[in-house]
Amino acid sequence: MEWEMVIGLEIHAQLATKTKIFSPASTAFGAEPNTQACAIDLGMPGVLPVLNKQAVRMATKFGLAIDAEVARTSVFARKNYFYPDLPKGYQISQFELPVVGVGELEIDLEDGSTKMIGVTRAHLEEDAGKSLHEDYHGMSGIDLNRAGTPLLEIVSEPDIRSAAEAIAYAKKIHSLVQYLEICDGNMQEGSFRMDVNISLRPQGQEEFGTRAEIKNLNSFRFMEKAIAFEFDRQMDILEDGGKVVQETRLYDVDKGETRSMRSKEEANDYRYFPDPDLLPLVIDEAYIEEVRKELPELPNEKKHRFITHLGLSAYDANVLTGSRELAAYFEAVAEAAGGENKIAANWVMGELSAALNKENTKLSDSPVTAEMLGGMIKRISDNTISGKIAKQVFEAMWSGEGDADTVIEKKGLKQITDSGAIESLIDEVIAANPAQVEQFKAGKEQLMGFFVGQVMKVSKGQANPGQVNQILRDKLK
Amino acid sequence: MKEKTLAELSALIAQKEISSVELTQYYLDRIERLDGGLNSFISVTQEVALKQAAAADQKIAAGTAGPLTGLPMAHKDIFCTQGVRTSCGSKMLDNFIAPYNATVVEQVSNAGMVMLGKTNMDEFAMGSSNETSYYGAVSNPWDTDYVPGGSSGGSAAAVAARLTPIATGTDTGGSIRQPAALCGITGLKPTYGRVSRWGMIAFASSLDQGGPMAQSAEDAALLLNEMAGFDPKDSTSIERDVPDYSANLNDSLKGVKIGIPREYFSEGLEGGVENVVQDAITEYRKMGAEVIDIDLPNTNLAVPTYYVVAPAECSSNLSRYDGVRYGHRCDDPKDLEDLYKRSRGEGFGDEVKRRIMIGAYTLSAGYYDAYYLKAQRLRRLISEDFSNAFSKVDVIMGPVTPNTAFRKGEKADDPVSMYLSDIYTIAVNLAGLPGMSIPAGFSDNMPVGLQLIGNHFDESKLLNLAHQYQSVTDWHRQAPAGIE
Repeated sequence: MEWEMVIGLEIHAQLATKTKIFSPASTAFGAEPNTQACAIDLGMPGVLPVLNKQAVRMATKFGLAIDAEVARTSVFARKNYFYPDLPKGYQISQFELPVVGVGELEIDLEDGSTKMIGVTRAHLEEDAGKSLHEDYHGMSGIDLNRAGTPLLEIVSEPDIRSAAEAIAYAKKIHSLVQYLEICDGNMQEGSFRMDVNISLRPQGQEEFGTRAEIKNLNSFRFMEKAIAFEFDRQMDILEDGGKVVQETRLYDVDKGETRSMRSKEEANDYRYFPDPDLLPLVIDEAYIEEVRKELPELPNEKKHRFITHLGLSAYDANVLTGSRELAAYFEAVAEAAGGENKIAANWVMGELSAALNKENTKLSDSPVTAEMLGGMIKRISDNTISGKIAKQVFEAMWSGEGDADTVIEKKGLKQITDSGAIESLIDEVIAANPAQVEQFKAGKEQLMGFFVGQVMKVSKGQANPGQVNQILRDKLK
Repeated sequence: MKEKTLAELSALIAQKEISSVELTQYYLDRIERLDGGLNSFISVTQEVALKQAAAADQKIAAGTAGPLTGLPMAHKDIFCTQGVRTSCGSKMLDNFIAPYNATVVEQVSNAGMVMLGKTNMDEFAMGSSNETSYYGAVSNPWDTDYVPGGSSGGSAAAVAARLTPIATGTDTGGSIRQPAALCGITGLKPTYGRVSRWGMIAFASSLDQGGPMAQSAEDAALLLNEMAGFDPKDSTSIERDVPDYSANLNDSLKGVKIGIPREYFSEGLEGGVENVVQDAITEYRKMGAEVIDIDLPNTNLAVPTYYVVAPAECSSNLSRYDGVRYGHRCDDPKDLEDLYKRSRGEGFGDEVKRRIMIGAYTLSAGYYDAYYLKAQRLRRLISEDFSNAFSKVDVIMGPVTPNTAFRKGEKADDPVSMYLSDIYTIAVNLAGLPGMSIPAGFSDNMPVGLQLIGNHFDESKLLNLAHQYQSVTDWHRQAPAGIE
């Protein structure tokens, strides 16, 4: 039987506020345990939450960016359960009335097509602390630094049908929240975490199968592997005539498999109810318009502009708008290059990306700035250097030898365009290879490449290849 | 000295007839001598008090004192006090010392008042008799075989016995007004949101409200002037100017419309209590007020509504007491579940457990709509009763409780009968209105309270009506015999 998988994603994006969602404690990552937890985060008696307005602004931005309804009234609710890293015995979240309602997001697939994925809702909530199970002599340690960190939980419709779509969607959200500057997107530090709901059904069947939820994935690669594993696991069960159990599963990175965490029967009854310590969150039209004005150009708008105004291919535009930072870098390169947009795109996606990957360097730390790269491209387009020499120039810039003009000057890489100079180089080559000249004249025209190569070699690559070709042809006639 | 009100003591201090240290020592001595039989204090903070008093005396000498500088008071042990144990009447918090002050504590301290100690209360403010306290029952100063009411029973008994000139209390379903009535003192529960709840340990967040427990309306106004106000740390506190609550005490009552709800005088109201309340109403007529019969048709729904809303909120509010970070922790837990079960099982008393269980039940899947949601709808109906009434009258008046104080142990095993003693006070909390209890006489030698209910933010009007009554009667000046 052919099985179709149905996937819905819940993404937790940590909002980039300076302080926690309900307390004035700092959200900075990596501090000593329990040094960034105040009485409110500790759930001390008598303390009260006060909503961080910045978190609301960020959630509103997200809602507007996916064309969703931003709720004029939303309600914070308590999700009640006991766990040592949940200090109050409840998490403040949103349940029936989330701040962001139904929206949608266009994703780009590998074959160049696009697909709309529905977003059911996005709501604000606080993160829990962390339980540390090592180094406590058989006991567990609790670190509440993370408790109260603001999260935006983004829930998708079950519109996703493959691991590739799931990844395209997750990456799109990942890029969007960074575009909006509402989340740093740092997956290693847990700023962006994904839960995958996955079920199988026979191809063509409308009804959904029973789903399992894989919790807390913090890399796209793990998510892909977890989905693949889960697809096989559920298929094996179903093909053996068994039933998938509705449960929460964890992906074991070392073993490359998912395992059961808790089943539906063991699941908590969270006893949600509106938090009486917080008033309903009311957002008016004027506020929404104010936030709308703060929105940056969004990835899709930017992509279309890159295609229509900058003349890029859809593929290039898609890659270059993958992150706000990359897009900004590219635009700066193109501007410095005097409008050589296509060449700028090639260099950014080619040499620059390769160098960044090879050296494991972040774009923001690139030794070659956008101005430097653009300046170099300008020297290609005004024929000061050839594309081939440009690679040498780029390498020199990367190793800190200065900008393109400095490198060209210092290393004498300027292209030879003086016909007299090129002629004498060609004469030299013709004189040194009488046999090949004979053969060429006898009709072996393929040898043209050999002569060009020899001339370039003698010129150390600096001769203008077009002129070399032209003059060679004249001389060998 | 002991018969002096806060206002009178304030004058004595201002005239330098007595120093704050002397006055503080006087009350500390009274507590030392008399509280053994009452048990109205959980902690007496002698050192802190004398230090604060000395500081107050310096301010007085320097001429920088305010009207309450140097005056002693006591806090219900539900308000967090930095460096001084805050137990909330529970074993769970027997070892808890807050690293912060409640906003109310801060305000009172900024006014220069001196904290004598922390008063006894029903465990986590759950109770109407002060018998659920981990620190033992409190006696009613009028007859020590009787309960003082609850949950602010310690504050009520301490003020009634003049162990402190004034105290703070909190009221979730009547916990200021009912003990004030049963002990013959003046108590005011302000409008919900008027007094900050920051640092006031939560029982039912949407109902809890702190307020003054005093010898007179004039005193209550003085303390409310310090307690009231917007607090950015409490999202439910209301940003609205605080009037001078002492300013309108002497306004004339001519033409003031007083509504008498028929439902508050139906079966269940003890005859002796009714007589006292009727006499008080007659007194108001004499002062020129117009008395009008009104209806609050949903009154009978208040107790059942309350006993869904309050336990639901409490079941969640008390989840934080898990033995992990502070408070009672059981010995040698064998695993996490054991830690939770035994720490909570040992730390909480029966009434608290009962309400947590009721609350968890009403919020659980499948029951939420039938209980919690329905209770929220009834709560709106009850509020509408009051808004309708306040379109016709200025103030509503009636009994605080159906009976005078009952004997210790009498209702301890009958929670429903205990819950019904709050029948006239609970609706006020559900509607978020201000309410007052003032002494209006005696039935069988036990005090009877008169309840005044105002529209939202009408505390000044309530205080005006109460003060006018206290200007023509002396019930509030009567102190229990035998406590000299």
